[in-house]
Amino acid sequence: MRKIFLVIQREYLARVRKKSFLLTTILTPLVFPAILGLFLWISTSESGGDALRIIEVVDETEAFFLESNGEFAFSYSDLPADKAKEMVVAGERYGFLHIPPLELERPEGILFYSEKSAPMGLISELEGELKRKIEEIRLYDSGIDPLLIKQLKTNVNINSITLEKGGVEKASNSAINYGLGFFLGILIYTFIFIYGNQVMQGVIEEKSSRIIEILVSSIRPFELMVGKVLGIGAVSLTQFLIWILLMTTISTVVMGYFGMQMPQQQAMEMAGGEAAEQMMASGQVGQFLVAMQGIDFVALIFTFLFYFLGGYLLYGAVFAAIGAAVDSPADAQQFMLPVTIPLMASYFGLFIFILDDPNSQASFWLSVIPLTSPIAMVGRASFGIPAFDLILSMTLLIVGFLFTAWVAGKIYRIGILVHGTKVNYRTLWKWIKQSN
Amino acid sequence: MNILTITALNKSYGDHKALTDVDLTIPRGGVYGLLGPNGAGKTTLIRIVNQIIEADSGSVLLNGEQLSSKHIRNIGYLPEERGLYKKMKVREQLLYFAQLKNLSSSQAHEKVDKWLKKLDIANWAEKKIEDLSKGMAQKVQFISTVIHDPELLILDEPFSGFDPVNAEIIKNEILELKSQGTTVVLSTHRMESVELLCDHIAMINKSQKVLDGSVGEIRDQAKTGTFMVELLPDGLPFPAHWEMVRQQEGKWKFKALLEGREPNELLNEILPFGQVIGFTEMIPTIEEIFIQKVKETTP
Repeated sequence: MRKIFLVIQREYLARVRKKSFLLTTILTPLVFPAILGLFLWISTSESGGDALRIIEVVDETEAFFLESNGEFAFSYSDLPADKAKEMVVAGERYGFLHIPPLELERPEGILFYSEKSAPMGLISELEGELKRKIEEIRLYDSGIDPLLIKQLKTNVNINSITLEKGGVEKASNSAINYGLGFFLGILIYTFIFIYGNQVMQGVIEEKSSRIIEILVSSIRPFELMVGKVLGIGAVSLTQFLIWILLMTTISTVVMGYFGMQMPQQQAMEMAGGEAAEQMMASGQVGQFLVAMQGIDFVALIFTFLFYFLGGYLLYGAVFAAIGAAVDSPADAQQFMLPVTIPLMASYFGLFIFILDDPNSQASFWLSVIPLTSPIAMVGRASFGIPAFDLILSMTLLIVGFLFTAWVAGKIYRIGILVHGTKVNYRTLWKWIKQSN
Repeated sequence: MNILTITALNKSYGDHKALTDVDLTIPRGGVYGLLGPNGAGKTTLIRIVNQIIEADSGSVLLNGEQLSSKHIRNIGYLPEERGLYKKMKVREQLLYFAQLKNLSSSQAHEKVDKWLKKLDIANWAEKKIEDLSKGMAQKVQFISTVIHDPELLILDEPFSGFDPVNAEIIKNEILELKSQGTTVVLSTHRMESVELLCDHIAMINKSQKVLDGSVGEIRDQAKTGTFMVELLPDGLPFPAHWEMVRQQEGKWKFKALLEGREPNELLNEILPFGQVIGFTEMIPTIEEIFIQKVKETTP
């Protein structure tokens, strides 16, 4: 045990003391918002003044009027089609919309010309606009006043409440749950790869620099492997902790600057009443906050940490075995399939099944099988997980980790001493079967 | 008492036999040479003694006890394939290795300081390995092997990769450790370095032990009773039962056999032929004995 601790300590300090650790830890939480901000900035500046796109509209029915907006301006004329096309080619117009005489029952033959292929958004926007106009005209023709229709239009917004045992009502918001599940799932996916890779690189380093034989003459290979995986796991937890602190601080400062209260604070103040009443009482922002309040963040963070650690340990052991089986990172590529396939499967499963319906059969299986559960279960976490599913999934993950560590240990023990031999899956299988 | 007693050791890798029924007793104190060509099974044997791999059958006793993890403290091991953490500082690295060998933190600090001073690299204690010259890194490597004062020191090809100056330093350290009572096992395929250092040797070829014993005994046993004679001839013809090696500047250089006689009797036979200026018994070198043995055991 003491030796495992020594290894953990070495692995931890060797990484945490590096300048690059400090740099990535501090920069990562800043880089993502910065990239997002950059895109936002580019997209908003694009739609401004000089980028205004003029579309020539030749409407032979003379029934449609399209309103210009920030991005597109519509210029009406009765130019011949050839002339309008020339304007497009010459760059004077962004596009040319030609509306021939139409039968309103079957509006066909509308054409849009542009020099570059038209953005999907624009086409569907034009389609929507024309559809609305045609419907309006037809309603009017059948004797209904469009004004009346406008008055009759109603916006419906369903507030969803989850009922818990004991009659506790919790406001939920599927958009928030979706967003959280999406975010946490991707986070685990990314971190398993990042830290798993560090384990693999570490093993390859020890193997290629030939320290390994000195090490295993003092410590059992399995202890060395476990120590390395745990040490790097501790690094990842440290990084998380710093990120959580950083983000809390930054968001407090930012929110304070914009004169907004922290959602948690507001939610706390609102606590006490029935969720539904609060929903009724508050507006859009309030609903968001109440829904946020409905999420048990302590449970969410606990679930996230459990599945992150479980998933990392399970895959970390596999990464260690891969590192032990090869001589260089380039050789490792051939053994990455057992890692990438289940991880990709859980990644796609997250989008196709879990976020769509967290309680479906597919979601259940994805979130209990240890290879996919780390990503799948955190995707479900914010929606609320039945206790049975959670206990089963956690138990299986622990069993799964012990099993992969055992198998990985067998490969690791032999692999670390094998240099310069081509290793394939058959060799690995032989190593696993070998009793000592 | 023997420090290491190995009995009927077997190890295979798949179909490949690495060790076949190897018996070996290594006496306490002195330097024990483990000789054999590359791939003979030396490293496998050493790895089993270091508990890196397990034997298929047979037993290894250290001081009469079945080898177990508590003996890690008693053994120092310098593998043929060796290295250090390049990004780690010298002192940190040595402390790490020392503690892995079951030394307490304070013992480890004490030993590290002692050895850094002894090998003249105390000034480099806070430098990273990657900033050190190769020779200095080799010294650090050697310290990491002996840091815990092992009673059994196992060195696999210890001089490969060392430059002559550092090899000399390490050789002297080995001899000093020996004089303090450490048992040194030295594995090498370079026989010429063995005769000077080793008291006992064992030869391994193709997974089997072919010979062992003290260096003196082995060479005595390998004697063929051949003498190399140099002589200024008096004009008598050269007898056919001697083997002429070289004849130049009026000098004969030839081999003569004792054939059961004492050396003086042989000398008496030679004296009438002229003036003897050289008379040396030809004792085969360890390398020659080894090659002879390999020839005998390989059909």
